[in-house]
Amino acid sequence: MQIIKDKHIVDDTWQHINDDEKIPAGDVTLSLARWQQEKHALLHHAGQLGVRLDSTADVAVLADDVKRLALIELEFADFADGRSFSQAWLLRERFGYSGELRAIGNYMPDQAFYLARVGVNAFQPEKFADLPVMLAKLNEFTVHYQRSVH
Amino acid sequence: MYQYNEIDQTLVDERVAQFRWQTEQFLRGELSEDRYRHLRLRNGIYIQTHAPMLRIAIPYGVFNSKQIRMLAHIARTYDKNYCHFTTRQNVQFNWPKLEQTPDILAELATVQMHAIQTSGNCMRNTTSDHLAGVCVDEIADPRPYCEIIRQWTTLHPEFDYLPRKFKIAVSGALNDRAATQLHDIGLHLVKNEAGVVGFKVLVGGGLGRTPIIGKVIRPYLEQQHLLSYLEAILRVYNLFGRRDNKYKARIKILLKETGIEKFTAMVEQEWQLIKDGRELSAERVEEIKAHFAPPAYDSNAADDKNFDQHLAKDNAFATWVKYNTTAHKIAGYKAVFISLKSSDAPPGDMTDAQLDALAHLADSYSFGEVRSTHRQNLILADVHQGDLYGLWQQLDALTLATPNIGTATDMICCPGLDFCSLANSGTIGLAKEINEALDNMDYLHDIGEVKINMSGCMNGCAHQSVGHIGILGVDKKGVEWYQLTLGGSSDNEAAIGERLGPAVAKDEVTKAITTILDVYVGQRLEEESFLDMVKRVGITPFKEQVYADN
Repeated sequence: MQIIKDKHIVDDTWQHINDDEKIPAGDVTLSLARWQQEKHALLHHAGQLGVRLDSTADVAVLADDVKRLALIELEFADFADGRSFSQAWLLRERFGYSGELRAIGNYMPDQAFYLARVGVNAFQPEKFADLPVMLAKLNEFTVHYQRSVH
Repeated sequence: MYQYNEIDQTLVDERVAQFRWQTEQFLRGELSEDRYRHLRLRNGIYIQTHAPMLRIAIPYGVFNSKQIRMLAHIARTYDKNYCHFTTRQNVQFNWPKLEQTPDILAELATVQMHAIQTSGNCMRNTTSDHLAGVCVDEIADPRPYCEIIRQWTTLHPEFDYLPRKFKIAVSGALNDRAATQLHDIGLHLVKNEAGVVGFKVLVGGGLGRTPIIGKVIRPYLEQQHLLSYLEAILRVYNLFGRRDNKYKARIKILLKETGIEKFTAMVEQEWQLIKDGRELSAERVEEIKAHFAPPAYDSNAADDKNFDQHLAKDNAFATWVKYNTTAHKIAGYKAVFISLKSSDAPPGDMTDAQLDALAHLADSYSFGEVRSTHRQNLILADVHQGDLYGLWQQLDALTLATPNIGTATDMICCPGLDFCSLANSGTIGLAKEINEALDNMDYLHDIGEVKINMSGCMNGCAHQSVGHIGILGVDKKGVEWYQLTLGGSSDNEAAIGERLGPAVAKDEVTKAITTILDVYVGQRLEEESFLDMVKRVGITPFKEQVYADN
């Protein structure tokens, strides 16, 4: 499985672990609820840790965790639900998250440019075939009016 | 007016290229109907009853002769030789072909025009006072701030997929001509005790199904904080606005359900966290203000004697001056309304020939600039009084000089069932019928100021709920009926109209309107306007007469 990260197509080393599955070694993402329950037990996890958020999650609950997380996935259930854009902005600007921020789920390649501007640096398209299109769309505009996140 | 720099032009050009690609992808079947719908809406394209409709932005209602000639060209080349001005100071074409819309947008881009965010659940065209910069009651010119907001709202990465559409209006005068109390955000330029200009910020006004008057959440905002404060409001709305029901998704519902105190606290809390370090610099404001510097007025304009002579000699001219011109801050100048409410054409419509002629008149008499108003008329804002007679004659020949601004036939009217796929009822035919019933100018002028607003459905594009007389088309088992309201207003004393009674049948609407006006003429006090009388006596005397036969 490949994704776009920092404007390059790279192999994805992560796997998402469902709430009823045992957490294996390696780079894993968990649901927010499971992360909050088990984060203390995972101090010695062999691999990197990440969280998958739906658009309704209050990202402020991760304020103290941002240093420990290497990946936060923003999962779109519906591309028209723009809350994920504000979640990304808050994670980067307010909570100082500097790890990988990845958009997954039902969103459009046409939204990748906006997502990048609010701090998303990794993109998993719905279809593998969309990878080159999405990569191109990251450069769709060469100008903008608003500040980008740092 | 504002002129694009290289960044503005590049952005619009790149947007056209993006949309062309999206449209080609859709036409090849590689982009789903649902996804393309969201993308095309954000480029002003609706699919209507007969054809796509393209809504083009006229930022805060200011445009120029070159742009008007382009609209004429588009009307001729891609449409049926006319266009329609809207209540958002924008302009619409009703008959373009979908596959040609990227070409139209490319042509518009050559004259610094676009259709970005003229529809869809995003921040829409910012509207303002159509007399900005020339009116006599101005505190500060709102246009520079509108332009700053235009840029900030355009392709905003965080706020392009909001729960629902979002409208901002800015007023800089004592009299609110921009209906700011009926917008998601209304901004009033005000002065603090030290005389420094800032903003009074209102949130949560809106029309549509649930008309609500906006509430002040901050009495005074220093102008350098304009964008951070807007950002705070938008972030709160984007995160907490309802997305489960599109009829409850506007910010007015969030504010209502949260309560003004808690909502204000949420905005203020967010703002405190972001306000430092992103202030608008004084240089930036000055740079934008320079685009709106006054034109080269003739300082001797008031010395002209021809104007008074023509006024004395020609009654028709004098009547037109009385109704279709208004005071200007510079002595010897007037702002001239171009009435798009003759009985010959649907309200707000203009032909390609009229557009071309208007461009010429704007160049000859008003520094090449034109304004659109939210009441669907146009304005030449800077006309020398010595030019008024000649201008009037030419406008009259173009049927653009009907002396009815502010009167009962200066109706706001949506396209209705004839064009709009949302509408329940026709409006254009009815507007014509009412216009013809009130064709006696002496009677019309005796009635004076009456704002009649008519929408073909409860989405309320024509602002019927704030019309002095509101007419709302409703569907009753496939038959067109019309709900009447009285006493609405979008001015300083904003009010939502009160329902007169049961909806009336289509063939009884005109009679109901004339009856209402007759009641007014019969029972008004001296110098009392229609709206003042409704406020004084309530709806009962009108109701008794309109429903007398039932």
